[in-house]
Amino acid sequence: MTAKVTFDQERCKGCELCTAVCPKHIVVIDQDTINSKGYHPATVSDMSQCIACASCARMCPDSVITVEKE
Amino acid sequence: MAIVYQKSAGLTDKQLHYCPGCHHGIIHKLVAESLVELGLLDDAIGVCPVGCSVFAYNYFNCDMQEAAHGRAPAVATGIKRTHPNQPIFTYQGDGDLASIGTAEIVHAAMRGEKFTTIFVNNAIYGMTGGQMAPTTLIGQKATTCPLGRTKEQAGMPIRMAEMLATLDGCVYAERVCVADMANLNKAKKAIKKAFQLQMENKGFTFVEVLSTCPTNWGMTPLKAVEWLKENMAAYYPLGVVKDIETEAK
Ligand SMILES: Cc1ncc(C[n+]2csc(CCOP(=O)(O)OP(=O)(O)O)c2C)c(N)n1
Ligand code: SF4
Ligand code: SF4
Ligand code: SF4
Repeated sequence: MTAKVTFDQERCKGCELCTAVCPKHIVVIDQDTINSKGYHPATVSDMSQCIACASCARMCPDSVITVEKE
Repeated sequence: MAIVYQKSAGLTDKQLHYCPGCHHGIIHKLVAESLVELGLLDDAIGVCPVGCSVFAYNYFNCDMQEAAHGRAPAVATGIKRTHPNQPIFTYQGDGDLASIGTAEIVHAAMRGEKFTTIFVNNAIYGMTGGQMAPTTLIGQKATTCPLGRTKEQAGMPIRMAEMLATLDGCVYAERVCVADMANLNKAKKAIKKAFQLQMENKGFTFVEVLSTCPTNWGMTPLKAVEWLKENMAAYYPLGVVKDIETEAK
């Protein structure tokens, strides 16, 4: 299985709720990026470990995250 | 690739105005997803409160009506009685529902009005800057109780789900939270169940969702989730308070 997690980073508010629910601990805040709202957005550090459980996406208050798999 | 999860079709593309990590956004999603999954979105009409979720009509992808502060249950009563076959819901905070609008919610439940209320209890007045609500916990600080709420001065916090469950017209009351994935799943199940019972014309249905207000609690969003689990869930027990379906068996 390959999984793909995409973040609509302009919508992200850097709240970190998604980082706390990932069973693989691969959702992190990207300290090197700032969006136009002024937040550091979330991203995935190592996509190969993702199991496409969608926990991160379902917890995000701002519907930033899309999860796909094949 | 197959989509496992994407933004719900029950929500518009508008970006939410809520503070980072505010649970209002998650609760909006659960209501929207439930309406889509039950095939009710096209017919649904929601009624918004006054409070931080005053702009919820911009976010739900169905017909929405704004109500005066606390009066959403009265407005929903009128809408449901003129549209008896459509799913109707109110979305209300604890200042809106348990303070200024207490009479409206109690009487709607007493009359057994056949709509669903999603009650977002964050133990504070969020929109106006963090005043004490009837739901503020003993010892919890707010701008109008800077040393913490005391029983002597303000009484004990009100448990709305239990109170409304005493009324025969209320057929379903459950308290949930969205603090982790297990609880988020339970919250979605409760919201779907409430809409299902409404569509079966059973009576008034009520889902209380314990929610965070990181901004006025003065915490990071993750700290607020921990505080909710440790303090709010201890005083406001999670689970089904009333379900006439299981009671009938
Ligand atoms: C008639 C009237 N009284 C008072 C207010 C001020 N007011 C606006 S929102 C609010 C309370 C909101 O708290 P809550 O319902 O808990 O929602 P939250 O913002 O926490 O989501 C109050 C008292 C008002 N707008 N109208
Ligand atoms: S889909 Fe699951 S495993 Fe993948 S990043 Fe999100 S929470 Fe982690
Ligand atoms: S939960 Fe959503 S808004 Fe919050 S950091 Fe993650 S992606 Fe961004
Ligand atoms: S003030 Fe509180 S309830 Fe209102 S949007 Fe901000 S965090 Fe949410």
